[in-house]
Order: sequence, then C-alpha cells, then structure tokens
Amino acid sequence: MVKRLLQIDERDNVAVALEEILPGDRCSVSGNGDLKVLDKVPFGHKVALEDIPPGEKVVKYGSEIGRATVAIRRGSWVHVHNLSSDRGRVGRTG
Amino acid sequence: MNFFGYARKDGTFGVRNHLVIVPTVFCGGWVARKIASMIPGSQCLNHPVGCSQVGYDLELTAHTLKRAATSPNVGAVLVVGLGCERFKASELAEAVAASGRPVETVIIQEEGSSVKALQAGVRLGTKLLRHIQTERRVEAPLASLAVGLECGGTDATSGIAANPTLGRMSDKLISRGGSAIFSETTELLGAEHILASRAVNEKVAAEILSTIARTEEYLARATADEMYAHRSALISTGNFDGGVTTVAEKALGNIHKAGTQPIKGVLGFGERPTAPGLYLMDTPGQDAESVTGLVAGGCQVVVFTTGRGTPTGSPLAPVIKVTGNAVTYSRMADDIDFSAAGIIDGTESLEEAGERLLREVLEVASGKKVKAEWLGHDELFAVPRALG
Repeated sequence: MVKRLLQIDERDNVAVALEEILPGDRCSVSGNGDLKVLDKVPFGHKVALEDIPPGEKVVKYGSEIGRATVAIRRGSWVHVHNLSSDRGRVGRTG
Repeated sequence: MNFFGYARKDGTFGVRNHLVIVPTVFCGGWVARKIASMIPGSQCLNHPVGCSQVGYDLELTAHTLKRAATSPNVGAVLVVGLGCERFKASELAEAVAASGRPVETVIIQEEGSSVKALQAGVRLGTKLLRHIQTERRVEAPLASLAVGLECGGTDATSGIAANPTLGRMSDKLISRGGSAIFSETTELLGAEHILASRAVNEKVAAEILSTIARTEEYLARATADEMYAHRSALISTGNFDGGVTTVAEKALGNIHKAGTQPIKGVLGFGERPTAPGLYLMDTPGQDAESVTGLVAGGCQVVVFTTGRGTPTGSPLAPVIKVTGNAVTYSRMADDIDFSAAGIIDGTESLEEAGERLLREVLEVASGKKVKAEWLGHDELFAVPRALG
C-alpha cells in the first residue's frame, strides 16, 4: 500500500505524513510524485521533499517555518533535530 | 439563517441565560463558589486577583470582570465582595446595572462572616434566578452573533483539517453578516505578513504588525534569561510530539482558523467590536485567558480546535470542541463535539465540513448543549496579569 504525504503549498520543501511511515515505504506526495522516505516518520510529522542545506529556509504552508540546522537529505524526517526558528527567542536554537 | 437567543437591554443577544456569581477579589472566592454550588445552573467566575494591584494591572482585572459580567450570555449577576479590596463590589455592580441586567451584592465583612454571606448570597441568588427564568428565546439576526476562534493542544492535523474547517465556518458566518474574533498573539509569530496583507486598510495592517512585534519583543526578553534557558520553548511538548516543530509553523497552521475574510481591526483584551466582521484580539496564548478575552469581548459561542485533545469549557459560553485527528476524536469522545478528520481521510470536503460546523454553531447558539457544558467544565475563565 502506498503511504500518503501532503504537500500543502507548491512552494513547500516539506510534506506532512498523513499516516506513519517506515523507512523504505512507498510514498506518494499529494497524489503525484513518489518519494523514498529514509526515516521512520510519525503521523503528522514532516518529510523533506528536496535536499535542504544548513541555514536554508524550511517552507510549509508556503511560508518559512524555520531554518535547517544541519544538511537535510530529501526523504528525511524533519523535526527539532534538524530545524529551528529564532522567532521570539533570539539567539536560541532547538 | 438566524438563531434564537435572549434579547438583552444593551442590544446584544445571549445564547445562554446565566446567573453568574462574581467575586471582586480572591478572598470572596469560597463564598462565591459555595453559592454557585447551591444554585443549580448558576456559574461562578472564580479568579485569584482583585487586590494589592496597581495601575494597568488593576485596571485589566477591573475591566475584564466588568466586561465578562456584562457579556451577552449573562442574564443576572450576584457580586461577592470582601469589603476592603481594591476592586470594589460597588464598581462591578454599577457596571452590571448600567448594562440593564439585574444585580445584587453581598459583602462578607458587612454580613459578618463567610457563612452568613453564603446564606445571604443564596437568598439573593435564587431571587435573581426567579427573575431570569421566565425569559424566553427570540429569533435573533446573525449580525448579532460573534464566534470566538480558539485553538489549543495543537498537532499537525490542526493546521490541515480542524483550523481550515473553522476558517471556512468563519468565512460563511461573516458573509452572512456575523462576526468572528481570533486571538493569542503569541501564536501568530511567523504569520504576520499574511495577516497584515488581509487587513482592511493600512492602519489596521500596521496595527497587526506592531501588536505581534510587541509580543515578540517580550518573548525574546523572557527567553533570553540564561537562568531559565530550560523554560524557553515557545510551543508545548505535545505540539512537538504532534509534529509541530517551531512557533512559526504553529502560527501558519493556526491562522487557518481565521478563514480568508478581511481583518477589520485589532481589539484590546475583552474589547467589543463596533461593527460585524473578522477581528484580531490581542490576548495571551493561554487558552483560559484567551477565551476569557473573547467572551468578555462579546463572543457568545467559542469554537475550539484541538489535535492533542482538551476537555476544557467556559463558565460563560458554550465551547464547541473540534478535532481533525481521528484517533483523538475516538479516544476523547467524552469531550470532543465535532470531527473534521474526514478531510484527512478524504471522506468529507472542506466545504462540507465548514457548512456542517456552521449548522452546529447555530444549533448550539439556539440552545443545544455542548459536551463541556454537560460535564460542567469551567476551566476557561482566567483574568490575565499585565506583564512587567
């Protein structure tokens, strides 16, 4: 069975897992385009749709939600281990 | 499309007809709670403030209690004072009387003891109840209905199912002449560019940006303290577990609950809009403080989206719980009224869910009780303190 990922906005470089995904599961992104997911991704969590270099914007809902803190590979789980925002907390990460 | 409510002398329509017992100071809390427990159907606005405050902090307490006690769902008020507090019982009673509502006052030090005040309060409360129980619902226009748009216990389903459903409901309500207010300024960081672009004019756009910037400055100061570095997260553990990583991600999902209508203005805490439409109210992000502001600001119904699940309710307004998370809906069926999970599994369109939610709002406005009311949940009343 193909697992579903939702890309909310066409500008997004992450998609939302609409069910739990295990490494190697076949996934479709918003009904078109396959993605090989590298990590276990819980329901509702994010997967990178492309390689995202450190310091680069992570985009969801068509807007920046934070910056990559390390290099993120396409298909990786994106969460607090590789994404942070300094909005409202200047100089803090994580 | 109308609803049935209680016509108030101040021109508003209530969707409930509550007798509320309001202590003006925390010292009257026990007496107020005991009175409420002895008068079925009455509500107590319990709080920990009312004395030893100065300046804006005391004013914020005063106007929050006055606006809450004169909000549309309130039919009558019993004020409970201690007698020596800074926020005087007479000030609250005068504000209630000016709104045309019946009001009585009991002062503990004048009665002689808490037990004597309880006895006097029950007598006065039952008298007020007899006064309001003969009132009947009448047909009311949607222009007199304001819905509070709240979210809490956010997870990743909030931004893709529950909040968009609430936004669609809000759009439909406003296009039919009604009003909606969203709040929680701390949870808008990262979405201000979108909100400002939806303002009715440049002035409102600038106000939206400055309101959010002021809150961000406060948060940046508070989180910069090294001693409390371990307390510097801007979102909650459950948000992280639910797949939300940053405050900006939470904000961008959050603003979907405010639909797509133009934003007519920025309201202060508990301030009432002067014309129908969509408004932003500047409130803290804490659910109880936010809902208190929304209700004090005239919202008769609150719709509360939650992904993780929350049981809370308001003593002043029905709070309709909505989740987009199918697991949360089945696990918390005791507390949650409405599922928007069909949007995620593809069994319901956003348009259908929004229309279904609007019908639910109008039924609740006309008297249908929500689960939090059946269970007596009343956690969503809190008087905010002015931040130093």
